[in-house]
Formats: sequence, structure tokens, C-alpha cells
Amino acid sequence: MLINDGIPTKEDIVKVTPSDERFAEGPVVIVECFQEIPCDPCVKACKRGAITMSGDINALPVVDYTLCNGCGNCISLCPGLAIFVVDKTYSDDFALVKLPYEYVPVPQAGQRVMALSRAGEELGCYEVVRVTTGGKKNMTYTISLAVPQEVVMEVREVRYTRNGS
Amino acid sequence: MIKNVEIMVIGGGPAGLCAALSASDLGVGISAPDLGVGISAPDLGVGISAPDLGVGVLLVERDDVAGGQLVKQTHKFFGSEKQYAGDRGIHIGQMLVEKAQADSNIEIWTDSTVLGIYEDGVVTVLHEDKHIKVKPERIIIATGAAEKFLAFPGNDLPGIYGAGAVQTLMNVAGVKPAERVLMVGAGNIGLIVSYQLKQAGIDVVAVIEGQPKIGGYLVHASKIRRAGIPVLTRHTILEAYGNGRVEGALITEIDESWLPIPGTERKIVCDTICLAVGLSPLTELAWQAGCEMGFIRELSGHVPIFDENLETTCPGIYCAGDVCGIEEASSAMVEGRLAGINAAASLGYGVSEAEKFRKDAMIELEELRSGDMGGHIRVGLEKMYARCKK
Ligand SMILES: Cc1cc2nc3c(=O)[nH]c(=O)nc-3n(C[C@H](O)[C@H](O)[C@H](O)COP(=O)(O)OP(=O)(O)OC[C@H]3O[C@@H](n4cnc5c(N)ncnc54)[C@H](O)[C@@H]3O)c2cc1C
Ligand code: SF4
Ligand code: SF4
Repeated sequence: MLINDGIPTKEDIVKVTPSDERFAEGPVVIVECFQEIPCDPCVKACKRGAITMSGDINALPVVDYTLCNGCGNCISLCPGLAIFVVDKTYSDDFALVKLPYEYVPVPQAGQRVMALSRAGEELGCYEVVRVTTGGKKNMTYTISLAVPQEVVMEVREVRYTRNGS
Repeated sequence: MIKNVEIMVIGGGPAGLCAALSASDLGVGISAPDLGVGISAPDLGVGISAPDLGVGVLLVERDDVAGGQLVKQTHKFFGSEKQYAGDRGIHIGQMLVEKAQADSNIEIWTDSTVLGIYEDGVVTVLHEDKHIKVKPERIIIATGAAEKFLAFPGNDLPGIYGAGAVQTLMNVAGVKPAERVLMVGAGNIGLIVSYQLKQAGIDVVAVIEGQPKIGGYLVHASKIRRAGIPVLTRHTILEAYGNGRVEGALITEIDESWLPIPGTERKIVCDTICLAVGLSPLTELAWQAGCEMGFIRELSGHVPIFDENLETTCPGIYCAGDVCGIEEASSAMVEGRLAGINAAASLGYGVSEAEKFRKDAMIELEELRSGDMGGHIRVGLEKMYARCKK
């Protein structure tokens, strides 16, 4: 369980997973933040107002998937590195997952990296499609990775070493 | 010579820096005696007669740079925009230090340690190898906290560090302190330092935690877990072993009463064991000044008894930040601000604005502490105020 080992359970994930209909419309945010902590940058990060909090900054973030266009702006702004974007419309076989990255070296588009699950298990080597920087101050990179449709809801981390992962 | 100051802030962490800034904002120093605004007094040794040099706010910091814990926090902070959430700790620290440096009402002494606070109101400071006496009208103690240690066989082997020490080596000195680390403690510090070790290319074999639950933020735990670092709750360290330095640790699963479960012991090969088992408030100066102290477990041990204005039982001595209860940088900053406002207002500065600023700060603190994670602080403060009224 999340509280004992840090791994969100299937039930946790279901609560923050958009509907199949929404997935079919294009990229969409997944906010894997399950504990009430005094934190709210995600709310300000979304210029479309898709993320809100009822009450004070301790409340859990709530997403309106109809307002989210999957731009990914919020990913690098979450101090908990808990926000991801999934695009199941990327191609028939592949989906795109955008995730935050704060390690060195930083992979480049076109390179292959090891995809890891929420438990840190290896899920296979896949290609980086895009890398964006959060800027000088933010310093968090956002990596877009193309992975098989079946694992897109599993991949939440990448490992990259220069001498191959 | 005695240096006269209106407000002396002890400790240049987020609490101390915010205390100095808010006191200056209310006007402390503008009417400083003799030489005018925030003059940096030339440093004259004890016994050399000189005119009475006045200063508004004097901030004294033991380390060679101000910033406190923030100088090594490379991760992005939580909280709300008002407490600079989303910014990295180091950047928040730099920003506060630059603001204080640019403020002519504030004089900053780094590499300077406050040694004692005496009954006649004199504070002694070791500053540039000289023993200097300062006579402040108000004192704000913001000395932060020190890391706790853990008793187990082999804990004196080289290779056993406090997590904060490892963080300093890594993030301040730029040294790679280890190859393979066992982290003890899954509070925020254990989780965050594990993440930073991983960022520095160091293997963290596991984070072990005696409690059945992870104490730190779960988003931090998830972040290191998916990077491949196991978090093992209900586990403890039995001993460290090695010939002349740490070569590994023996860990075990424990039951509800913290007793090892036979047959679950295992060896972890590592060259470093990092202890992140909590902090205790650095209260020596408060004790020595004669502040009434109380043991409040929820605030992490012995703390000076203080009222809602953060004033201790010694009139004119305030406290703020981790020294009066281990919490967060976000709340330390707000508490610092509150102590600065109250100290300044008690000297007659900005009395008309003070009330509003005080209210704003109280609301921010309440908000930061209103969630699940703030539960123990709320309980601790209730006990504090109950004692204070007596
Ligand atoms: C690994 C780690 C991660 C953290 N992450 C977060 C986070 O994400 N968000 C968050 O809000 N908080 C975080 N914190 C907590 C936060 O750093 C502290 O709560 C905060 O720094 C407390 O501020 P302070 O000013 O009370 O104390 P400190 O920052 O400890 O500053 C006290 C200062 O006083 C100085 N001092 C002590 N004694 C003397 C003396 N006699 N004379 C002169 N100077 C003295 C010390 O040198 C020190 O610089 C983290 C802490 C750690 C260790
Ligand atoms: S992905 Fe873009 S639109 Fe969606 S919540 Fe994040 S910032 Fe808002
Ligand atoms: S910014 Fe991230 S960690 Fe903070 S509340 Fe939002 S999702 Fe959770």
C-alpha cells in the first residue's frame, strides 16, 4: 500500500484515471497525489483552470478533464513530481507518456531509455520523443516517451545512463 | 564596548531571515540612534572605547553563509505561493539572503556564534575571533534544530552520518560522500535525502522505517520508489558491521512492539549508513537565558514556552522556526515574520499596520497546519498555550 511502501495501488490509480472517452479525445493529465499535504502549485500551474482545490491548500487536487488539453505545463511545476500526461491517441500501437525528470544525464529526443513502473520495475526500453526544460529556475525536465499502449498507465519513470540503460 | 541594537535575531535560517525582514519593514532601524540608519559598526575589540554605535536589526549566523537548512535543499518546496511553493529551497534561501543584504536596516554577521544571553540583557557573540557584547532591546531566537542520533552496535564506525551531514557534503561541498547507502528513517528528510543521493548518482539500497507508515509526504516516497529505492516500513537496524569502516548493516523486520521478528534479519551491503531519525530543537540559548522550558513531544522535545505572539516567558525574548517546534520552512518563514512584527511593534514601530500583518500571518500558519500532516503541531500548540496560560 502507498502508505507502507510508496507504491500507489490500482484503487488509488483508478480514482485519478480519466474515462476511456476522454482518453480517446487526446492527451490528458493524471495527477497522482493522494495525500492531503499543504501544497497547491498545481492549481496555479494550469492556466485553463482544470486543477482546483476545494477548501484550503491541504485539500486534494481535483481535475476537470473537460478543461484539460494535456499541454503538460503543470508537470514540471508540481514539487511532488506527481503529475503526468498520457496521450493514447499517439498512434495505434503506441501511446505517449509525459513525465518529470530531475536526473543527469538528461536523455535527448531519439534516444532510448529504460521505462520503469511505479514500483521501479523495468518495463522495457523505449524512445524519447521530446524533452522540454522547465527553465533555469524550475530545472525540472519533462520527458515524452512513446510506449506500447498496454503499458502507458504503468510507466511513470525513466532511467537513462550514457552507457546504455 | 557594547553594541546597541534594537532587535537581535539569532540564526539566519528562513525563520531568522524573515524575522529580520519583517522587523525592518515595520521601520526598525530607521530611527537608530547616533549614526543613523543601519550603520555597520566597525568591529572594535572588547575594551576599546568607541561611541555607542546603534543598529536596527542585527542578524547573527553561525555558518559562513546565511540561509540555514535552505542552503542544501535542492528540491522544490511545498506550501502555497505566499511561501514560495514550487521554488527550490536553495533559491528561496538566496532570495531571502539577498533581500536582507540589500536592506540598510539589517546588519548581518556570518561566521559568528551567539554564546550566551545574560540577565542584564547582554548577549555575547564570537565574531571575527573577538568576543563581542551586544545589548539588544529585543531578541528573536531562531536557531533551528539539530539531528538526532540512534543507538545501535557499531554506530561509531566511520561511514555513519546524519542525513543532514551527507546533504551538506553533497549539495554544499559538492563531494560524493558514498557509493551505496542505507537510509534509516522515512520522514521527509530521509525520503528527500535519498532522492538527492540518487540524483548524485549514488545507490540507495533501501530506506528503512520502524513505524508501520511512511512519515514523510507520500509523493516523495512514490518518487524514490519508482526510481527503484525500496521503502521498508516496520524495519529497523540491528547493527552496523565492518572492519575499520562501514561494510554493511544487519536489518530486521519488527512487530507492533518494535521487537525483531526472528528469521527476518538480513544483511545489507553498503558503505554508508545515513540516519534521518528526527531533529531536536536547538534550545541551549533559551535554557541559558532562563526561559521556562517544557517538554512537548508533538513539537519534538524541549521547547521554550511561548505565547501566541511567540514571546517566551522572558519578556522581550521571542522564538521562531524549528527551535520552538520542528516543522517546515514554510511555517518557519511565517513564524519568523510574526516574531519580527511582534518584536517591532512592542518597540513602538508600525503599530497601526502590525495588527493586520499579524492577522495575515496567523491565517497563513493556520492554513499550513490545518491538514492531516499538521495534526501533531496543532496538538502540540494546544498543549503549549494551555501551559502558557498557567
Ligand atoms: C532534508 C530536508 C528537507 C526539507 N524539506 C522541506 C520542504 O520541502 N519544505 C519545507 O517547508 N521545509 C523543509 N525542510 C524543513 C526546513 O528546512 C526547516 O524547517 C527550516 O529550515 C527551519 O528554519 P529555521 O530558520 O527555524 O532553522 P534553520 O534553517 O535550521 O536555521 C537556523 C540557523 O541558526 C543558526 N544558528 C544556530 N545556533 C546559532 C548560534 N548560537 N549563533 C548563531 N547562529 C546559530 C544555524 O547555523 C542555522 O543557520 C526540510 C529540512 C530538511 C533537513
Ligand atoms: S496538462 Fe495543461 S491543461 Fe491539463 S491540467 Fe496540466 S496545465 Fe492544465
Ligand atoms: S502541486 Fe503536486 S504535490 Fe502539490 S498538491 Fe498539486 S499535485 Fe500534489
